[in-house]
Amino acid sequence: MLDFPRWKVISISLLLAFGVLMSIPSLIGESGQKYWPSFLPNETINLGLDLQGGSHILLEADPADVATMRLETMEESVRAEMRRANPRIGIGDISRKNGVLSFMVRDSTQVDAAREVILPLTSGAGLTGQRDWDIEVRDDTRFVLTPTAAGLENAVENAMETATDVIRRRIDEMGTREPTILRQGDNRIVVQVPGLDDPEALKALLGQTAKLEFKLVDFEADPNAVAAGRAPVGSQIFPYPDNPAGLPNIAVKRLGGISGDKLTDAGQGFDQQTNAAVVNITFDSEGGSKFARLTQNNVGRPFAIILDGQVLSAPNINEPILGGSAQISGNFSVESANQLAIALRSGALPVELKIVEERTVGPDLGKDSIDKGMIAAIIATVAVLTFMVVTYGRFGMYANIALALNLFIIVGVMAMFNATLTLPGIAGFVLTVGSAVDANVLINERIREERRRGRRVIQAIEVGYKEASRAIMDANVTNIIAGVLLFMFGSGPVKGFAVVLMIGIASSVFTAVVVTRMFVALWARRARPQELVI
Amino acid sequence: MRLIKLVPDDTNISFLKWRNIAMAFSILTIIASIGLVAAKGLNFGVDFIGGQMIQATFTETETAPISELRDSIGGLGYGEATIQRFGDANEVSIRMRLPTEAESRPEAANEMTEKIVSTIRTDHPDVRIDGVESVSGKVSSELFETGAYSLLFAMIAISIYIWIRFEWQFGVGALFALVHDVALTFGLFALTQMEFNLNIVAALLTIIGYSLNDTIVVFDRIRENLKKYRKMDIIALLDLSVNETLARTVMTSLTMLIALGALILWGPDVIFGFSVAMFFGVFVGTYSSVYMAAPILIWLKVGPDTFVPAESDNQSAEKVGGPEQIG
Repeated sequence: MLDFPRWKVISISLLLAFGVLMSIPSLIGESGQKYWPSFLPNETINLGLDLQGGSHILLEADPADVATMRLETMEESVRAEMRRANPRIGIGDISRKNGVLSFMVRDSTQVDAAREVILPLTSGAGLTGQRDWDIEVRDDTRFVLTPTAAGLENAVENAMETATDVIRRRIDEMGTREPTILRQGDNRIVVQVPGLDDPEALKALLGQTAKLEFKLVDFEADPNAVAAGRAPVGSQIFPYPDNPAGLPNIAVKRLGGISGDKLTDAGQGFDQQTNAAVVNITFDSEGGSKFARLTQNNVGRPFAIILDGQVLSAPNINEPILGGSAQISGNFSVESANQLAIALRSGALPVELKIVEERTVGPDLGKDSIDKGMIAAIIATVAVLTFMVVTYGRFGMYANIALALNLFIIVGVMAMFNATLTLPGIAGFVLTVGSAVDANVLINERIREERRRGRRVIQAIEVGYKEASRAIMDANVTNIIAGVLLFMFGSGPVKGFAVVLMIGIASSVFTAVVVTRMFVALWARRARPQELVI
Repeated sequence: MRLIKLVPDDTNISFLKWRNIAMAFSILTIIASIGLVAAKGLNFGVDFIGGQMIQATFTETETAPISELRDSIGGLGYGEATIQRFGDANEVSIRMRLPTEAESRPEAANEMTEKIVSTIRTDHPDVRIDGVESVSGKVSSELFETGAYSLLFAMIAISIYIWIRFEWQFGVGALFALVHDVALTFGLFALTQMEFNLNIVAALLTIIGYSLNDTIVVFDRIRENLKKYRKMDIIALLDLSVNETLARTVMTSLTMLIALGALILWGPDVIFGFSVAMFFGVFVGTYSSVYMAAPILIWLKVGPDTFVPAESDNQSAEKVGGPEQIG
């Protein structure tokens, strides 16, 4: 007991000093950090969104949407490839019902040729040789393409991957600091943006797919059929809310359009004539020449600008647009034009994302929570410290020093891992204070008991530490079990609580058992006490 | 210096004398709690049933225009809003259940929130929106499931740990004590209709961890005494063990209650429910470690032979105060 070797004292002291050192940058705040030497560790604790204010948004994609889109794309490719085939393969009776694509080859002698055309479209992109689609021919001429589970899974995975990138670009464009964007599960993305002034703008930006298309208007279509939602052959119907002609829909040509993925830049501007807010876009060279060709061949005819399946406007092409840049007009405000520009610059989302969870905390509430949390933590600490001293005297004092070191170490360890402190995390601190003394209470009570049984001072201390350690260990393992489950199942702030709890448990066992033991040993060696006030 | 002793040195209280009454009382309170939960239900927050909660402060009026808000939000056609004071008189929380169409459209909760926020902003330009939570039905039912599973797993995992470290009888006793603490906390929330949200699940998990501290300390002492006094009557031995650890139990629970009391009185409003749950849990946890966990050991016939193989005679022959060498 009394021989606490020097190397042990030194290594424990170094460990404690390190913990305290790590905690300082977090404790002195941003203003103090300026004076903190740069060669010392300068990691700090992150404040959770519930403490500094900000938004937590959970976005979800519907895998069924991905499946639908794949079917549409497949239909387009089949149509295009069949037309491109030499000789051209006539197909008809295309349907996308029940998640499968089926069509008929008009000339039954072309069935084998059609299969040759489709085959490359259906093989998987992966190296495993898995097929993305199964091909089946029924009644000699009807092709049925069924998506395989692996292919669909792959498509969802790719879509989510791209979506995460697009969202990261969009949020970066907003210029907010330190956003967190994470994939969660198969089809979700978590977005956390601290210290946000305008959560509505963020949500508007994330909710926009920004799929831009330019398609020729089918001006020959029968207005009555269009109004009723029936498209002529080769055309499709899109809603057009701001149609000057008054119809809710408009018919556009299925083929020969350009999509917005050929853009290199987009920015908000003003129309020179009307002074209305517009979005200026620039195509890449491929898109630019395609756009030039489209406008050259269709001067005098209208083309529709379609965003996320809705027609924004359908201006006439007055002259060929050759420079590779164009203007999108619509019913824009400056903000909405700017938002669309950001969305177009960062690319379209491959799939629509829906906001399924939102938690936003205003900065005032966050500050209020910190203040009140700190006050409660200080009161709790002071009360417990006082209580320990009046109950255990010198040994209580040792426990208190250990407790204080413990608090520093928790902050230090959290800073080291860049962990996030949440409001429940502050509660975790308070609980640590309450329970960290538990170990010392156990030890001290045991020492009292051993003294009563007539053991000599040193021996009583020895037995006290030894016997109490077993119960301390068992008790803390059960706490760790609870903490691990909290971390696994908890979300957001609750996870933060679990982190503080687990770090607190580990560090309080160290300070309460090892560090106090060192203090007691050093004191006992020096003072050689014959009596013990405890 | 004279130190304060909350518990006198040699207490000799016959705790276990009351074990039948206490057990009957405990079982009754457990049944009552379950009955309360069944009859009154829990006041689930948006975490678990979906919907939205908005916290708002009216910066230019002393009291929030609650009835006005009720009318304007009610007029949106989403049904009745639960509007409550929250902290000061000019602060309110507005809670709405999921809109009817939410079943088919997961984003409906968020759309409802947007609409309500903009309505409040238009009617009351001085309003400051302090917090917004909107949770879709799908997410909330997932949160509910994971919350329930985590409680269940924690209880089972901890009981298994106790079983491995002690004996199966102790594991059963611990499980019983845990069920008691958790059930009663549920009962408290059903009775007071305080909001039951994710934070409360966190509190319950923590209660499970901490309430077991007490149980383990008592168990540890029982194990020690079983080896030491092999001839002693089991009831007397349990009483002795509880008495020997009483000072520690009181001290620890008291420091915990002090810390939690500070959180209840001065802590942020947002974690009020959490603090109350913890406070109550520590309280009933202390009781259950004495009156639920220990008596079960009697009924499961724990005796000196429970730990036979590992320990040999020299342990039981240990002389109190003997000069043996340790460490």
